Order: sequence, then structure tokens, then C-alpha cells
Amino acid sequence: MNKKLLALVIGLNLSAAAQAETPSLEKMWQLIQDQQQEIAELKGQLQETDIKTEATISAVERFSATPTASKKTTFGGYGEVHYNNLEKDDSSSTKDAIDFHRFVMFTGHQFTDSIRFFSELEVEHSLSGNGHPGEVELEQAYIEWDATENLTAKAGLFLMPIGVINETHEPNTFYGTERNNVEKNIIPATWWEAGAAINGEITEGLSYDLAAHSGLYIPEGKHKPRDGRQKVAQAKADDMAFTGRIKYTAIPGLEIAASFQHQSDVRQGEGVAIDGTLFEAHVAWIRDNFQLRALYAQWDFDDAINTTKMGADEQTGMYIEPSFKLNEKLGLFARYSAWDNTAASNTDSEITQLDVGINYWLHPNVVFKFDYQNQDAPGEKGYDGVNLGLGYSF
Amino acid sequence: MGSVLLTSLTSPLVIAKGFFQSGPDFIAEVFQQQPNAKVLWLTDDIRENAKVILGRPVKGLRVRYHQFDLTTAWILEEIGKEMPITIGVVVTDNEIARVKILAYRESRGGEVRYSAYTKQYLGAALTDNNRLDQSIDGITGATLSVWAVNKVAALALYYHAQVTQSRDST
Repeated sequence: MNKKLLALVIGLNLSAAAQAETPSLEKMWQLIQDQQQEIAELKGQLQETDIKTEATISAVERFSATPTASKKTTFGGYGEVHYNNLEKDDSSSTKDAIDFHRFVMFTGHQFTDSIRFFSELEVEHSLSGNGHPGEVELEQAYIEWDATENLTAKAGLFLMPIGVINETHEPNTFYGTERNNVEKNIIPATWWEAGAAINGEITEGLSYDLAAHSGLYIPEGKHKPRDGRQKVAQAKADDMAFTGRIKYTAIPGLEIAASFQHQSDVRQGEGVAIDGTLFEAHVAWIRDNFQLRALYAQWDFDDAINTTKMGADEQTGMYIEPSFKLNEKLGLFARYSAWDNTAASNTDSEITQLDVGINYWLHPNVVFKFDYQNQDAPGEKGYDGVNLGLGYSF
Repeated sequence: MGSVLLTSLTSPLVIAKGFFQSGPDFIAEVFQQQPNAKVLWLTDDIRENAKVILGRPVKGLRVRYHQFDLTTAWILEEIGKEMPITIGVVVTDNEIARVKILAYRESRGGEVRYSAYTKQYLGAALTDNNRLDQSIDGITGATLSVWAVNKVAALALYYHAQVTQSRDST
């Protein structure tokens, strides 16, 4: 019954279709023309919509991106808090202290693609002022200019291109709670001066630095280079100093560098002139999870400095530091250091130190440190004990 | 510090110190035939993984790239210490075929642009947890620049996998 009804309905529809008027060719052509026009209009609208969408997305992306001003002006910083628990070898004193050793802010500004400013302002030991242990220090503030494709010049207050940690010393970039004593007591890191410098590239992987700048002022009664840092604070400028460095980095993971500095009078015109020459060389090698750092530094002063401290005309230091990263977060290191600020004396005045410890990177830029130090100095004056540190940079 | 990862491939870079090659020149150098200019839309899923790779949220809505057959070329930016490094990465069949530093703006650490350094990335692929499967020897004093290149290389591999695994784009 249902089949019969269906056949009847189909039959009626076919009959109606047959009776409908078939359009003429002209009418068909007109229809096609109308449809073509409509398609063209729709295409145009689609194109317009695409342009609008593109413009909207671009605007959204621009707004969501870092604003232009802040792309030109950059901020960063680092900091490190230390805990030292040390005891002198002769048990006459201890050092049991916790200290926010360094709190540093970086500010930079890119004036153009080839002219930039960079600065580093530091608060040392948390609290500065009369009777307080800390200092507020301007460690870097210079203008840098890319003069040519292979030559960059800078002027202002900048870090000396000497050693491994003087220019790069964010706590997450080195092992050990405290910076190594060789670069601290011989070079002396962290060391900055005011003047002008150029950095050039001779060929890929071979570069040089030349700088003319303010010099050390080691006053009468003092003999260590570290005592001569004026920190560009109304510094005596009777005598300038000159520094040069050559650096080889053509092999990935390998850095070999040597620095040289000369100053004709570290007394800055007071009393007998004492000239000083520093030579420093180091190698830093990274291979897979293994890293090795080794450095040698030597100051040669005029014999006249011996009237202040016998044997101070030669001051030397070296360290070797192998390390191994067990994984991305955990690294082990050992460092053997030896330094002597009166190396030319007949008596034994060398200080040696063995450090072993770990760095644990909670994040690539956040590190916890733990190390044990065993220091030997003449007269049982060395300090042994443990150091704990927390450091960050951004 | 965030950075914008979408770099126009149509705006040529000024060749000066620190600027080594423009985007269009890099693309022209990479492909013998005219590649297709495409866009990868950054879906929530892609954003989430890109965030893990970069260690920070990715900005922008999409990433432009070029493709011919199984090869894709990406021009991405990542900040080293302070300034963005512009990096060109070519990926063929889920392995890095080329890494080139197109612009380096930091004061120190420019050694990452040396061909001896960038050659280390050749053949690198992604591990299951979106890391490079090859060890890259770093540069003393330029740790942040090395990290930036590592992250961009891994990101390009990840993006490549997205566009060649039928998550198609236009």
C-alpha cells in the first residue's frame, strides 16, 4: 500500500516538472552572468575581509608584544646571599656570618642599532653608610658604539677585560659560593675603571681588546692590587693605565685568552714612582658535561714597593677548576687555588685553598651552592669550613 | 624578559655590525625552489608546549614560516642576556638542517654566530620531552646566548612537527 502511494507522488512530481518552462539560452546566459558578478563581488568582499583580519591580527600582536620603549630600555640584575661558617686553622677566630653579599641592578638602553648604554649598580653587604659594612657601587656605566662591522668602541666606566669572572660573574655562571681568591686577590676582580676601549675581531674566533683608562692607586703602606682599586670615585688620575687582551674562541666550548696591563706609577705621583705590569692567561673548556677552568695571573711591580712589603714586587696566583654536571640541575666541582701577594720574598707566603662542592640549579638562572674549603696559609692563618649560597640573575 | 617571536620575513634587516643577513635573503639562500609562505596559528596546545620549551609564555597569535616539501624554515627571536637574537632555523624531516644567526645585538657572546658553533646543531632532533637530543658545547661567558639558541632550535623542531603532522596551516 505504501509503495503504491510513493509511486503516485513521484509520478505527479515528474509530470509537474515536465510542464515547467525550460529557460532559453539567452536567459541561461544572463543567469550565468548574474552569478559571475555575484561571485566576483563575494570574492572582493572576502579579500577585503582578509585585509581587515590581517590588520586586526597585526594590531593585536603589536599590542600584545613588548612595547617599543621597553624593548629599547632593558632591566636585569643578579644577587647572591652567602652563609660562611669558617674557622681559622689556629682556632683563634671564626667567621660565622650570613650576608646578602651583592644586590645588583642592570639598566641598558639601545639608542640605535649601533649605539647603546649599559650600567650596573650594586649594593654590597646589604647596608651601606658610616659604620655599616656595605657599599653602593657603580660598577659599569658606558656607551658602546659599533664603529664598523668588526670594531666596537666604548667609553665610560667598564669592567677590565681580564680573567674569567671579571666580566661575567652572575652567580649562576660559576661554581663556588664565593668567587675564587686568585682573581679576587691578584687581578683583582671585580675590577672596573673609567676610560675608552675598543674591541675588534681579527678573524672568526680571534678577537682583541685595547683600553686606556684610569689606574690603580696603591698608597704608601699598601702593596696589594686589591688595595689600589679606586672604583672611579674621585679617583686620582695622575697616571693612566693601558690594558690589552687577545682571545681565541674559534672552537666551540673553548676559550683561550691572555691579558696584559701596564701602569707607569701605581702610587699616582706620590713618593717614588712604582710601575706595575699584569699578565694573565686562562683557558676555559666546556665539553659535554665536563668543564675545566684554569688561570694564571702575575703582577710585577718596581722593586721600590718592597720598602712597603718585602717581596711584593712579584705577586702571583693560579687556579684549576674541573667540574662535571651530573644533569641539568646538579653540578660538582673542585678547585685548587694558590696565590701569593709577596711572591718574591724569601719566606713562605703562599696561600693555597682547596674547594669542593655542588651547585644545584633550581632554574637555569637560580642556583643553590654548597662547598667546603680547606685553606692553608703561613702561620696557621688559613680558614676552613663550609659555605652556602643562593644566587639568581635575570 | 619576554620577546616577540614573530619576525616579519618581508622586512629586510639593515646590514650593519650585528646584522648578518636579512630574512628574505636567508629564505632565498635556503630554498632552491620558491617555497610556500605559511602561517602556524598558535593554538592553546601549541602555546603550552612552546612555553615549556622557552621557559616563558610565547607571544603573538601565529608564526610565519616557509615550506617546500619536508623542509621548513623559521626565523625566530629570543633574548640572550638583554637583546633579542634573530635566528634562522631550517628543519628537514624533523631534524635540524641549518642554524644561522641573522642578527646578534648583545655586547658579549657573539661567538654563537660562528659556523663552528652553529654546526653543532646539524642533525639534532627533539626528544620526547621536547629537548634537543644532541649535546651542544657552550661558550664561556655567553651562557645566556647559548641557551637562547638552544631554545629556538628546539622550538623550530617542535613547530616543524606541528605543521608536518597534518596540523595544517594556511
